[in-house]
Amino acid sequence: MSLDVAAIRKDFPVLSRLINDLPLVYLDSANTSQKPQCVIDALTDFMSNSYAPINRSAYHLAAEATERFEHTRQSLARFINAPKAHEIVFTKNATEALNLVILSWGRANLKSGDVVVLTHMEHHANIVPWHMLVAEIGITLRWIPLTSDYQLDLSSLDELLRDARVLSFTSMSNVLGTITPVQQLCEAAHRAGAIAIVDACQSVPHQPTDVQAWGADFVAFSSHKMCGPSGVGILWGREALLEAMPPFLGGGNMIAEVRLDGFTTADLPAKFEAGTPAIAEVIALGEAVRYLESLGMANVRRHEIELSSYVLSMLTDRFGDDITIHGPTNPELRGATFSFAFRGIHPHDISQVLDQRNVCVRAGHHCAKPLMKLLGANATARASFYLYNTTDEADAWADALDSASDIF
Amino acid sequence: MAGLEDLYREIILDHYRTPRNRGELEPPAVHAEGHNPLCGDEIQIYVSVLNGVVDNVTFSGSGCSISQSSASMMTAAVKGKKVEEVRAIVRKFKHMMTIDDDDTPVDESVKLGDLEALQGVVKFPVRIKCATLGWNTLLDALNAAS
Repeated sequence: MSLDVAAIRKDFPVLSRLINDLPLVYLDSANTSQKPQCVIDALTDFMSNSYAPINRSAYHLAAEATERFEHTRQSLARFINAPKAHEIVFTKNATEALNLVILSWGRANLKSGDVVVLTHMEHHANIVPWHMLVAEIGITLRWIPLTSDYQLDLSSLDELLRDARVLSFTSMSNVLGTITPVQQLCEAAHRAGAIAIVDACQSVPHQPTDVQAWGADFVAFSSHKMCGPSGVGILWGREALLEAMPPFLGGGNMIAEVRLDGFTTADLPAKFEAGTPAIAEVIALGEAVRYLESLGMANVRRHEIELSSYVLSMLTDRFGDDITIHGPTNPELRGATFSFAFRGIHPHDISQVLDQRNVCVRAGHHCAKPLMKLLGANATARASFYLYNTTDEADAWADALDSASDIF
Repeated sequence: MAGLEDLYREIILDHYRTPRNRGELEPPAVHAEGHNPLCGDEIQIYVSVLNGVVDNVTFSGSGCSISQSSASMMTAAVKGKKVEEVRAIVRKFKHMMTIDDDDTPVDESVKLGDLEALQGVVKFPVRIKCATLGWNTLLDALNAAS
């Protein structure tokens, strides 16, 4: 079944907004996605009628809020096929989820000289915390390089993984759109005796996710890229690994006992959820999960393959060598995220000109400076599509690009 | 909503297409490097100060039309001027860009000339950092030279 995009677009109120009498062409969903009315309603309904603390009060309102909060945890476990709901930990964003596992697991398990393997297409959130452990512990980083067609170069994977303790990598590049072979990488990591951490921010909103089929040990992703509110990140981890890890943040909710001379931690997941979380946002995220499930993630993926297919051939037909797409040309191997260079015009200037036609694209280094260096660019412009985008919008993007040439 | 013609004035595009004073200077000239961490733009400003005068000034690096043309226009505007005159021009320019991070008063008698073409940038607040990147880097270079 393919998506009824016309109907879906009606679910997202912002998409009917006109700016200067022109429709909005939102092509920045790899950055953050727009929100359907049902998520907005869940947020305002909870705030209006049901707001209460969770986990600590006996009255009806608080019990109800706790139940709805935990319902999102159950929904997410089903959504990514996690074995147990209490393996799902809520953080403030995916960056914090990655920091939690890297710093908490890392400090407890890594020593000077231990090897961690990353890839050349990582987001800063999966680079900088490791650099912090290089400074703190003296771990060594190794990097999986890229091939000329923007895939991970796995030709010396086993060599890179020799004696490694961790392989930490993205399931889909936020710059290139490349989808990585997650299952193969997790298997290789385990063969080498390493754990596998997956930054799944870019893939979870766009395709079916099965953390057990992947064989991953930890998976991080964010609410705001999957039609949910901002302010919520998700870390899934294997129960035994989470159990053995020390807590990340200390405070309320994460303790079993506090004395003058120490403390003991609460059970999962509370152990990693210190302080009051984003209660309303987590509850509204549950509605986003329900919305995505009602569309079917396989259908979302198929829609984006079709869009990618259209975009790649349309751009080549219209612009030939005037446009460079930094990413795979096979729609099956990529998400619908396109970093591009166009006629030598700087990405900032491109995004400025596109903005005149309400075409929203990102310009910059996309929090992936090592990859940018590899591409030989300080910055790229990036158009990223989601379940509500159409081929007409791809055409509007191309029309706006043409108009940029008139200025520069 | 401000139109693109406010931003991409002809003189700005001229400096972008044909930058003035582009290149590097050898020591004893000093240089400073500026980054725009949000977009990855980089600029290097080279300054040679002789007897209190900016004898030569050049720039290198890469960036958008606004950062590159602003740096080019800046070099043309300050070359051959006394260091204190240059500082006053920087102060006045940044004031025009709504950046007043300096306690010294703005000298209203300073004439910005062609640089006034960059005033339209103020209507595009995100681009103010582009326009001021070279100027802040020039201040760093001047501080290093003295």
